[in-house]
Parts: sequence; structure tokens; C-alpha cells
Amino acid sequence: MHVVVFTRSTPDTAAKVEVGANGKVTWGDAATVVNPWDEYALEEGIQQAKNAGGKATVIAMGAEMHNEALKHSLAMGLDAAIRIEDAALDTNDGLAYATAAAAAVQKLGDVSLVICGKESVDVGTDQHLYQMARKLGWTLLAYVSKILEVDYAAGTIKVERLLEQGKQIVTSKLPAVITVMKDINEPRYPSFIGIRKASKAEIPVWSLADLGVTLPAAHTRVVAFKNLPVRDTQVEMIEGTPEEQAATLADRLLQEKVL
Amino acid sequence: MSAVYVWIETFDGAALPTSWEALGAGALLAEKSGGQLTALVFGENAEAIAQEAAQYGATAAIVCDDATLKGFRLEPYAALLTKLVQENKPRAVLAVATTRGRELLAASAADTDSGMLSDVSSLEIQADGSVQASRPAYAGKVLSDVSVDAAGTQFMSLRGRAFRPNEAKSGAQAAVTKAAPALSEDQIATKIERFEAEVGTVNLTDAAIIVSAGRGIANNPKDAPGDAGDAAVWKAKDGFESVIQPLADVLGAAVGASRAAVDAGYIPYAHQVGQTGKTVSPDLYIACAISGAIQHQAGMRTSKVIVAINKDKDAPIFKMARYGLVGDLYQIVPALTAELKKRLGK
Ligand SMILES: Cc1cc2nc3c(=O)[nH]c(=O)nc-3n(C[C@H](O)[C@H](O)[C@H](O)COP(=O)(O)OP(=O)(O)OC[C@H]3O[C@@H](n4cnc5c(N)ncnc54)[C@H](O)[C@@H]3O)c2cc1C
Ligand SMILES: Nc1ncnc2c1ncn2[C@@H]1O[C@H](COP(=O)(O)O)[C@@H](O)[C@H]1O
Repeated sequence: MHVVVFTRSTPDTAAKVEVGANGKVTWGDAATVVNPWDEYALEEGIQQAKNAGGKATVIAMGAEMHNEALKHSLAMGLDAAIRIEDAALDTNDGLAYATAAAAAVQKLGDVSLVICGKESVDVGTDQHLYQMARKLGWTLLAYVSKILEVDYAAGTIKVERLLEQGKQIVTSKLPAVITVMKDINEPRYPSFIGIRKASKAEIPVWSLADLGVTLPAAHTRVVAFKNLPVRDTQVEMIEGTPEEQAATLADRLLQEKVL
Repeated sequence: MSAVYVWIETFDGAALPTSWEALGAGALLAEKSGGQLTALVFGENAEAIAQEAAQYGATAAIVCDDATLKGFRLEPYAALLTKLVQENKPRAVLAVATTRGRELLAASAADTDSGMLSDVSSLEIQADGSVQASRPAYAGKVLSDVSVDAAGTQFMSLRGRAFRPNEAKSGAQAAVTKAAPALSEDQIATKIERFEAEVGTVNLTDAAIIVSAGRGIANNPKDAPGDAGDAAVWKAKDGFESVIQPLADVLGAAVGASRAAVDAGYIPYAHQVGQTGKTVSPDLYIACAISGAIQHQAGMRTSKVIVAINKDKDAPIFKMARYGLVGDLYQIVPALTAELKKRLGK
């Protein structure tokens, strides 16, 4: 049994992110962290591999900064890490990422389950995760809040998915790509020994040529990043007894026509 | 002249009203391209829902009411959408970026090697037929302008509450075409065992008004009963039930929460607003006992009017609020509920 988790490094969630004069996104000297959603995917990868006596590999796509997320993953307890880097991926097209990611999973050959976090908090996208599943031709189960049963020998999986109106419980076939939600587990912290081991790890880098894949023509592109329009932050503090505060607020909300 | 497809999301045989927003956005595209604004309705009651879509601007509809499409499953839905796109080559395919809308459009865009922009909050058609759109990035801290060329079908998922639906016109009709399903049941690996619906709650991402509470909800002046187990959890749950929910009920609002409240076990994760929860954009967001950490802001900063109720006058939430009330939520919220009940005649 071989499980693959995808992750990447994203700016610390508390970082002040803005668009600099050169049009590039910057977060000053704030650190990068593992994409917060991926912590649950990494934890689940470790647990699934352990339960089935298998192996867990973590993959990141992108420049060297993503090694940090890979090292964090290794320190948590994943068995191996791979980084995919290729100038052709700089088009930032979802389908391009999906095609490369699917090729990497295929190159590993023996994978039964791919686990991803719900989305990347930096680019704010999840599209490429679903598209990877389609390029693989595998089952896609997104928004998984619980894996209820999984039988790698029989090739079956049963999960609970968290949708807007409630929980959908489904059974399906492996191999599968799943994306997981925060509810699924408690991610562990890397151990001291894990951190030491990870710091020494050599992480192989695969190019598209290594994957033996050419990317489809990109139909989308990022034109520019922009700072948010300045919010009218004039706050009106409403004072008085709770009853007076309530009455004044009710007046204001009725004037604002939001009720 | 190629059509603009809009997938009308349904649940339990009824359309989700946010789908009318997608028809509103689709109308912008159809107007320029001169193609039919076509509602795609799959599953139970498809024909009746197609007629409803006509009232919101659809001039045509493609329906498929088949047993395999009862309850959303990606495989049969995506296979059917992909088949329709391959056969008819529409100019664009739109849907609201709900859980289902996101995966459906992405899957079909992959199947047809089409360009896709996800979670867009505004869009504009360029002279060359490409579409330029704006979407939030870095947890909403910056905006990203993205474009999709005019070479093939343009797939776009739309952020909820970002586009306006057309005024409903009663009596409007759409030309309905029936489509056959693309997969038979034995070709579908995924089987729905059951659906556990959350009853009686307003959906956070659709809500026009949200009342949220944070860690401070545990400072309930009521005493927890001796057999309550964790007293803080009991107090917080009681606070949500007897103080927050009544205000939400008066306003027809959804109930949200901070991660601190969720992690402490005060309320289920489905209610979490923020960077690792839901992104919401209501007309009114009332934050009670929420400090306003940057990760919470990430989920609610596009709310139109923000009200903060917090006993700490220096809480960061006041920096982004339109109205600030310093005080104890256990005094202010019941007073507000009573006042609004009176004003709104409930
Ligand atoms: C990777 C990452 C992701 C995160 N994602 C999210 C997310 O999605 N959503 C999220 O919310 N947070 C998220 N957080 C956590 C975030 O940093 C904060 O810890 C959290 O939002 C704090 O919740 P809070 O405001 O309820 O609690 P606190 O910060 O403890 O604030 C409680 C507030 O309640 C006030 N208060 C107490 N009692 C009363 C009372 N009786 N009446 C009135 N006011 C009272 C206090 O003055 C205080 O301001 C994330 C953090 C990280 C690191
Ligand atoms: N390493 C990466 N893995 C996945 N997506 C990335 C990566 N780096 C950047 N992206 C972004 O992902 C977006 C496409 O993903 P998506 O919208 O999910 O298809 C582009 O806008 C890219 O900017």
C-alpha cells in the first residue's frame, strides 16, 4: 500500500501579505509554513500508511521554498519526499499542475490513495486537485471529514463528506484521490528526532522530462495581483446601557437596510 | 452562436437559490455573445426547476431526470456535463463555487482540456472574447486578476453572493431539451449510502445575515449543572442555544463561530468561519466575543456591515467593524434580540 500526500509551503497565516511595487506578492520576512489545510492530509497519510503497513510519500510542486513544507512533512513522519520543478509549470494553469501531479503519481506506480488538503490558502484554489483525479481517471472524493472504512486489498473505501447541507456517506472504489477537512484528525507536531532526520534528508527533484509528460496548452493566466480596495474602517462605537446600545444599533441597522 | 451554460444546483429536488446568481452572471456573457442562456438541470424535478430558471433569465434548458442523478455524485454529473460540452461546444459553463459546483466544473474542464477560473468574484469580457476575472488570493488578503482565453469553452465557478440574480419574471419560458444520462448505474463506482442533513439551520455561505460567537461564549453567567461534565463546554453550548440562536432566529440568520470556539468543542466545525473554515460574505456579520484574529478576518472581511460585540475595547475586531459595542455579550445580545423582535414585528 502506497499513499501520496500533496503539499506546499505558504506564508504564515498571520503574515501581512501585500502586492509590492513590482506587482509581486510579498509577505516581508514572515516565515512560510505547511499549507494549513495540508496538515490534516499529512496526518491522515501517516495514519493510513501505518494502519495498512504501507508507505507514505509527500510531493510538492514548485520552487525550492516548498522544500520547507516537505521537510516538515518528513519530520511529522512521512517516509519519502519528492519535489517537482519545471519552468513550464510557471504558467500557473490549473490543468498544467493537474497533469504534472497525475504523472508523478503514475510514475510512482503502486499508489492506491492520494490525499490532499482542502485547498491551498495562498493561491486559494482547489481546482487542480479535482483535475488531477480526472487526469488519473480515479475516483474523486472531496471534502472528506471521516474515512469510515478502507480495504486496500479489496479496493474499496467508505467516507463521510461534509457538504453544505450535511454529511454524505458514500462507498467507492480505489484507487482514489481524496481531499480532507479539518475535522478528520488532530495533526501531530514533528518530533525532535523527526526534525533532525528531516533536516539531513536529500529531496529528489523531478522535472517534466523525468515524468515523461508534456503539458496541455494553458488557457488561463494570472494577469496581475492587486491590493484590496481600502475598507471604510470608520467604526462607530455605540455606548450606553445594554438596552440603549441595542436600541441605537437597531436604528443603525435599519438605516443601513441590512435587516 | 454558442450557448452559455449555467449549472443549476439542486438539493432534494429543489433548486438552490444561489444558482440564480450564476444565471445573473451568465446573462452578462450571453448578452455579449448572443448565445442562449442555458440552464442545465440534472436530477429529480429537473423539468419544473428548468421552468423556474426561465423566470431568472434562462432562455433554454437542458434537463436530465434520471435515477442515477438523484442526489449529487460527481461521476454521473461530470460525465453528463462533459458529454454536453463535447457535443455542443458552449462558449462558457458557469456554476456557483459550492462544494459540488467546484468539483463538477473542475472535473469537466479537465475532461475536455478547457480553461477554468475558480471562485471568481467579478468578471469582464474583453474585445477578443477572453474573460478577465478577479478572485481573492492569500486568504483574501490580495486580489488576483486572471484570464481565460476564447479558444475553447470557458469554465468559471463563481463565489457565492458576488453576483446579482436577475429580477424574477413570472411567465417567462425556456425551450427545454431532454438529455440522456452519460453513465448507467453499473458504470458508477460511487454509491450514496445515506445523507445526514443538518436540520433547521441556515446555510452559512448563502446567509444574508450571520451571528457568530467566539471563545468568550463560555463566560456564561449561568451555573452549569453538577452532572454537566466540562462546565465551560456546557456554558458555551447553552450560550449558543439560549443567547446566540434566538438572535439568529429573529434575523433569519445563520450561526457562525471562531476556530477557538470550534476547537474547544463548543460548536461543530461546520460553523467555523475563517481561513480554515468557511469564507462568508453576508450583508450583516455580528461577531460576539470574537477577538478578530487575522485568520478569522480571512473568512469574513468581505461582509458588508460588521458589528462587533466584545468586552475588551482594544479587541482588533473593532478595527474592521462598522459598529462597535463594548460590553458583555450576555447582556447586550438578549437586549438586542428583544429590541429587534419589537422593531421587526416578530
Ligand atoms: C493556521 C491557522 C488557521 C486558523 N484558522 C482560523 C479560522 O478559520 N477561523 C478562526 O476564527 N480562527 C482561526 N485561527 C485561530 C485564530 O488565530 C484565533 O486563535 C481565533 O480566531 C480566536 O478565536 P476567538 O476570537 O473566539 O478567541 P479569543 O482570541 O480568545 O477572543 C475571545 C474574545 O472574546 C471576548 N470576550 C470574552 N468574554 C466575553 C463576553 N462575555 N462578552 C463579550 N466579549 C467577551 C474577549 O475580550 C476576546 O476578545 C487559525 C489559526 C491558525 C494558526
Ligand atoms: N505548486 C502548486 N501547486 C498547485 N497549484 C499551484 C502551485 N503553485 C501555484 N499554483 C497555483 O494554482 C493555480 C491553479 O490551480 P487551480 O486553480 O487549483 O487549478 C494557479 O493560479 C497557480 O498560481
